Amino acid sequence: MNTNLYNYLLGIADNSLILGQRLGELCGHGPSLETDIALTNISLDLFGQVRSYYQYAAKVAGDNRDEDTIAMMRPEREYVNVLLVEQPNTDFGYVIARQFLFDVYHYMFLTELQSSKDETLAAIAKKSIKEVSYHVRFSSDWIKRLGDGTEESHKRIQNAINDLWTYTDELFHQTEADKKMIADGVGVDTSKLKEQYYKQISNVLDEATIEVPDLKYFQKGGKQGVHTEHMGYILAELQYMQRAYPNMSW
Amino acid sequence: MIEHADIDTELIPILDKVSDPEIPVLTILDMGVVRYAKLVDDVVLIKITPTYSGCPAMDVIADDITAAFKKAGYKVNIDLILSPAWTTDWISEEGRDALEKYGIAPPLDADADKEALLGNKKIVKCTNCGSHNTKLVSQFGSTACKALFQCEDCQEPFDYFKCLK
Repeated sequence: MNTNLYNYLLGIADNSLILGQRLGELCGHGPSLETDIALTNISLDLFGQVRSYYQYAAKVAGDNRDEDTIAMMRPEREYVNVLLVEQPNTDFGYVIARQFLFDVYHYMFLTELQSSKDETLAAIAKKSIKEVSYHVRFSSDWIKRLGDGTEESHKRIQNAINDLWTYTDELFHQTEADKKMIADGVGVDTSKLKEQYYKQISNVLDEATIEVPDLKYFQKGGKQGVHTEHMGYILAELQYMQRAYPNMSW
Repeated sequence: MIEHADIDTELIPILDKVSDPEIPVLTILDMGVVRYAKLVDDVVLIKITPTYSGCPAMDVIADDITAAFKKAGYKVNIDLILSPAWTTDWISEEGRDALEKYGIAPPLDADADKEALLGNKKIVKCTNCGSHNTKLVSQFGSTACKALFQCEDCQEPFDYFKCLK
């Protein structure tokens, strides 16, 4: 099997799977009915997209793995999502800040992935970007509302941005699989997106009267399978049913 | 309604009986999710494409197509394709009318859609009283493809089918 392509697919899909799972936790717990529905809708979009990636990964693997075993039966060290997406739903400010910091990256990434030499990846990107354009709009809008809202909302969104900023740099780290796929014209050279990413983020934060953090030290590890303390709890919930009742369906 | 898809004329009456499970007034042909349908050596080959990646209706639609063709005495083979990606432009005129009668405002064009969803312009027509004095309640509605609006004249809340291009 093409191990680099397989790992590259997981690198994309795991981000959306874990973020989707985090958003799914909010089902029935959103701060208002409208935001509850919006966040779980975004979760559903992300899960729909990861199905396409994992189905493709299963095809690339060519053994008895299928989309479900890939998504739900791996041990923690084999998940390669960035640390940002596994951070908890501390409050609505953190939910929106995490979403915004990811959405802007995700949209830029998919824009480039549309011209991948791999036809399946290009097709998934063309499909997904239409959905993700709504995600960016939603989270950017809320960043402005919270930042430019009340004293309390401003304080909380500023805290969330400050805390989560340390996880942004990892979005642009490249694994061996990333480098190989970029060289093959299949993957996206994320190093070229970094400057534009921070510029776009800063523009929205400025408009929201949120201070752009000035940080020199960044956290990393997720892409190598080294996760924060939160990851085990996410997987416990994600994997429980499949592990307790293998191959169950309803 | 199907000039953009490759569908055998003789198969249309069968496909026309299959409706969208979440919006039963629309057939899958009206929705534009059937991209290809041909009879090849006794087997009907069908390609369908999802409206949204996470659309839970796709599995049901595939089952319903299989059942409809079985009933008509055909063997059927269904493929899910992603490219070209579905767009609201593929919803037929009949489909748009049916949506509106059902209480879902049909999608505006891309620019107007953006203005409506940002709350900049009052251009989404109320499906109950026809007024344009409507406001956005939520960019995301009861399903991924819809946003929630409310009419400020008759107060009726209604869904708006978001433009997807």
